[in-house]
Amino acid sequence: MSEYKNVSRPVRKKDAMALVTGKPVYTDDLAPADCLVVKLLRSPHAHALIEDIDISAAMKVPGIEAVFTYKDVPNERFSIAGQTYPEASPYDRLILDRRVRFVDDAVAIVAGENEKAVDKALKLIKVKYDVLEPVLDFRSAKDNKILVHPEDNWRSLCPVGADNKRNLCASETSEHGDLEKAFAESDVIFENTYHTQANQQAMMETFRAYSYMDTYGRLNVVTSTQIPFHVRRILSNALCIPKSKIRVIKPRIGGGFGAKQTAVMEMYPALVTYKTGKKAKMIYTRQESQTASSPRHEMEIRLKIGAMRDGTIKAIDMYTLSNSGAFGEHGPTTVGLSGHKSIPLYNRAEAYRFVYDVVYTNYMAAGAYRGYGAPQGMFAMESAIDELSHILNIDPIEIREKNMVREGDTMYAYYGEPANSCALDRCLESARRLMDWDSKYPSKDMGNGKVRAVGMAMAMQGSCISSLDTGSVTLRVNDDGFYTLLIGASDMGTGCDTILAQMAADCLCCDVDDIIVHGVDTDSSPYDSGSYASSTTYITGMAVVKTCEALIAKLKHYAKPMLECDEEDMEFNGREIINTKNDKKVSLKDIAYSSQNNNDAEALCATESHSSPISPPPFMVGMAEVEVDKETGKVELINYKAVVDCGTVINPNLARIQTEGGLVQGIGMALYEDVVYNERGGTLSNSLMQYKIPTRQDICNIQVEFEPSYEPTGPFGAKSIGEIVINTPPPAIANAVYNAVGVRIRELPITPEKIYNGMKKNEA
Amino acid sequence: MEIKLWINGRLIKDNAEPDMPMLEYLRSKGCYSVKRGCETSNCGLCTVWLEGKPILSCTLPLMRADGKHITTLEGLQSEAEEFGAFLADEGAEQCGFCNSGFIMNVLAMKRELSDPTEDEIKEYLSGNLCRCTGYVGQLRAIKKYLKSVKGEAGNE
Amino acid sequence: MLRCNEYIFAESLDEAYRLNQKKSAVIVGGNGWLKLGSRQWGSVIDISRLGLDKITETDDAFTIGAMVTLRDIEKHGGLNAYTDGAVREAVRHIVGTQFRNTVTVGGSIFGRFGFSDMLTVFMVMDSFIELYNGGVIPLHEFSEMPYDNDILVNMIVKKTPLKMAYSAFRNQQTDFPVLTFAHAFREDGAFSAVGARPSRAELRRDEEDILKDIFSLSPEDAEEAINAYALWLSSQYTYESNLRAGADYRRHIAEVLARRTVKAIVDRG
Repeated sequence: MSEYKNVSRPVRKKDAMALVTGKPVYTDDLAPADCLVVKLLRSPHAHALIEDIDISAAMKVPGIEAVFTYKDVPNERFSIAGQTYPEASPYDRLILDRRVRFVDDAVAIVAGENEKAVDKALKLIKVKYDVLEPVLDFRSAKDNKILVHPEDNWRSLCPVGADNKRNLCASETSEHGDLEKAFAESDVIFENTYHTQANQQAMMETFRAYSYMDTYGRLNVVTSTQIPFHVRRILSNALCIPKSKIRVIKPRIGGGFGAKQTAVMEMYPALVTYKTGKKAKMIYTRQESQTASSPRHEMEIRLKIGAMRDGTIKAIDMYTLSNSGAFGEHGPTTVGLSGHKSIPLYNRAEAYRFVYDVVYTNYMAAGAYRGYGAPQGMFAMESAIDELSHILNIDPIEIREKNMVREGDTMYAYYGEPANSCALDRCLESARRLMDWDSKYPSKDMGNGKVRAVGMAMAMQGSCISSLDTGSVTLRVNDDGFYTLLIGASDMGTGCDTILAQMAADCLCCDVDDIIVHGVDTDSSPYDSGSYASSTTYITGMAVVKTCEALIAKLKHYAKPMLECDEEDMEFNGREIINTKNDKKVSLKDIAYSSQNNNDAEALCATESHSSPISPPPFMVGMAEVEVDKETGKVELINYKAVVDCGTVINPNLARIQTEGGLVQGIGMALYEDVVYNERGGTLSNSLMQYKIPTRQDICNIQVEFEPSYEPTGPFGAKSIGEIVINTPPPAIANAVYNAVGVRIRELPITPEKIYNGMKKNEA
Repeated sequence: MEIKLWINGRLIKDNAEPDMPMLEYLRSKGCYSVKRGCETSNCGLCTVWLEGKPILSCTLPLMRADGKHITTLEGLQSEAEEFGAFLADEGAEQCGFCNSGFIMNVLAMKRELSDPTEDEIKEYLSGNLCRCTGYVGQLRAIKKYLKSVKGEAGNE
Repeated sequence: MLRCNEYIFAESLDEAYRLNQKKSAVIVGGNGWLKLGSRQWGSVIDISRLGLDKITETDDAFTIGAMVTLRDIEKHGGLNAYTDGAVREAVRHIVGTQFRNTVTVGGSIFGRFGFSDMLTVFMVMDSFIELYNGGVIPLHEFSEMPYDNDILVNMIVKKTPLKMAYSAFRNQQTDFPVLTFAHAFREDGAFSAVGARPSRAELRRDEEDILKDIFSLSPEDAEEAINAYALWLSSQYTYESNLRAGADYRRHIAEVLARRTVKAIVDRG
């Protein structure tokens, strides 16, 4: 049982009962009924210049308020990536551009009184395109003669190796040790190439926002976002108006998974409101959320590994090519994780090199999706390690035990950060036991045309962006002695409001119910970089701990004249402060009222911020048991066992659900989710009918366990959980499939057809 | 076009556009629990009951409800709280956006199937997509809930 | 989204038929497919008040009204007893319970969709389509007819004694199928239908009598005959590629499903 009263306990989410009873708490539920309906006219071409655009007929449709084209928007480029300024993502966007860069790129904004009028107007806009040849092969995009962003006002704010005249969104090399020597000394060199597809986050609530002008002439935007403070900056850049003129509010949001770490569409209703002064609302259709959004970056990863016969890994050389699509949101940063989160798992290697290019193409722009670039790298690395183990005839568990990162290591490929807390070895042992690996590996013929087999993968992630992510918290004592916790972190359903309150409650010796959580409104919430990079528990959680300490110190200071003693002689028990010398007490309630009367409310309020020079990785092991039909190649997942080291588990229920949810997204990525384009660059996977996410009939027995370590730099010893959990299914399932039927799938998703073709090839 | 229907037991006589989707109509009548997650009948978020049967309000034409009874989660608040508590105690409500349609179908299943097996539960609810939970926590909640209501029934 | 100027509850089939002769008119079933289009219709005609929402079972036939839902046939005891559960097996993977409570037999069959589990399973039975104007036509003939402005009133399944089974191959449990397969041993022969190739199901009869007397053969001979039949049958169709699978793979799956499904019927005896 937990040593704490609130932390490490399965506290119910603060918003739970409102959500399960269907209360109107989401963006579209809150929007005024008289908002203008905002929709976009979208490009039918992957690459074209607008030669002429005629909106006159559209404007005549009754009920149409405004139609905007590229002629009506500022010509200052910006990025819609939700990142701390100066963003690594290039400033390559306009709200509307004369050059359209992918099928479904925005061409015109139409706002009207109702949907029917807007739909009619959309049909009446006449556009003449100069159709250009698109860049549709990401392997030949770099230094292609066709440029996706030839414009002179394209800007890159950070030294990420971007060059728009080469279709390069980013490019970098990092290395450690003498790679050539390490390969030369290796007994075996294994080399292969792996390809991961784009995936859609497919959160149930599509992108949406509404906007209005307030009493003070300021633009207010209510949006389903993970990054309210970044949205304020992005809108300021897009509209070329001061940030002081903008307020962003986040209500309850219906899932994000990184999709809403990009301000995909807030600029459209915001522009309408800014230009017309009227309320405006935009709800992306599922189709738009599938065709003009922010999916995972497609990546191709070439891995070369040098090893000794005994399984000692000596050298790792990785090259990642990432497809950023038409714009560079998160392009320069996602790619880094493909190497920096996979190579350090094999930290015993003497030398490594990691090289990457991120290219522009004429597809929908990619963005941030749970795991960022780690799932791509993990698929390559964990597939390759299994392939290597087969060449060396070593059990895949043994080769990992021999080479894995251990507590106390310095992780060279992870920016030299320390592994202060690492229970990866225990995770592996525990998963091995849960799966009964030793009796199941590698496979068992079931005698009915099916083979059962197991496969495994390890993974790591981060707990923030080191030295960058910032979380702030303001804590106030109210009249009765209850607290208001103001946060800038976005709860997107994951429960951070509750988790942060659990931590605060233990710091303040009170109940979770004594703490009201308020977030997020950029006018009143303290700054937070946002809910991404798995940072909320670790970063904002630590800010909570610091703020509580600061507040208690202030309370004690205020109580000095009342208790007639110094702070060191005081004890705070959650309800009162006690003079330990004479047992004299003053209640929190009395302090609260007293400070209100004494013009000293400042005594009852504390604000602290936190950021971290390191990003301690959570670790995990995932093991899949599959049953493969030897005739059809159909894979049935039988069992999935996952053991996670996320440091201290703050809320076991929520951590478990995070893990189960992430695993199932990973299973979807492994088995069928695939963003598919036609030969003209149009998205075929444009609905939940054509882009299949797992249903509850597709998942197997999933068992999740925790092997907590204690992270000394985290709140209560916590690290992160949100992202790491998506990483293991693609390689673990691919490895299990290989163990079942001897077919190595190096290109996701792992479809029955690919397995069947592989089996046929093996026969021949 | 004239329409007469009961929403959560309340009679409504109205004039509605002939092609008004049932989903948007219900929201316009204050039933904000009814959500849209797609345009292709795949997600199940818009599930409501027509004459007690779970249907997709994004799909079935509104006019088909003329003279009939629609039930949304607003009309099943105490049952929603009862099952919802089990969901909340697993942390499986998560973002909540799929909850209403999902709970409508769970409550329909409770009425239609007696003592369903795990496979029967999964099949009955397969049209309710959820992206947060991975379904496992939802299943735990359903099993506990069904066990609890069965226990209550047994005590009666 | 379904867009129309007027929504009309037909008071008789005659009225529905008359209204439906306009190019801008359409009959709505459960609106599952219609709403995916972007066309602005003049009139949408609703035939839900004409008593077509019933399954009537007599000694020699089932009459399934056009407005019967897929969920209704999934749960119908008589129909599933007659088909050895094949009807239930054919529809239970279609999207979800609410969807199947919403969409209709009429809409599903009239659409003659390539991916149709419904068309495949009913095709191997002695099934007929009753059209308001066109009369009663065997289902496999109806499925080849061009779309017109007639009205599908009922599907009639004659209770010809049969032994049958259905199977489909899906990449994901509720997705459109990669391939559908149904087989029935009837008094008048052995019939198979293969659909979702991805084009619509077509009926084939065991013209070469490969499965002749299959129920009285030794297990080894039966297996040989079934294997030969599966190979023959899969070669009787054309296959194409789409998002879900390639043509060659479909041909292979057709053979596998044919073999396994026919074997399951024979094993059942």
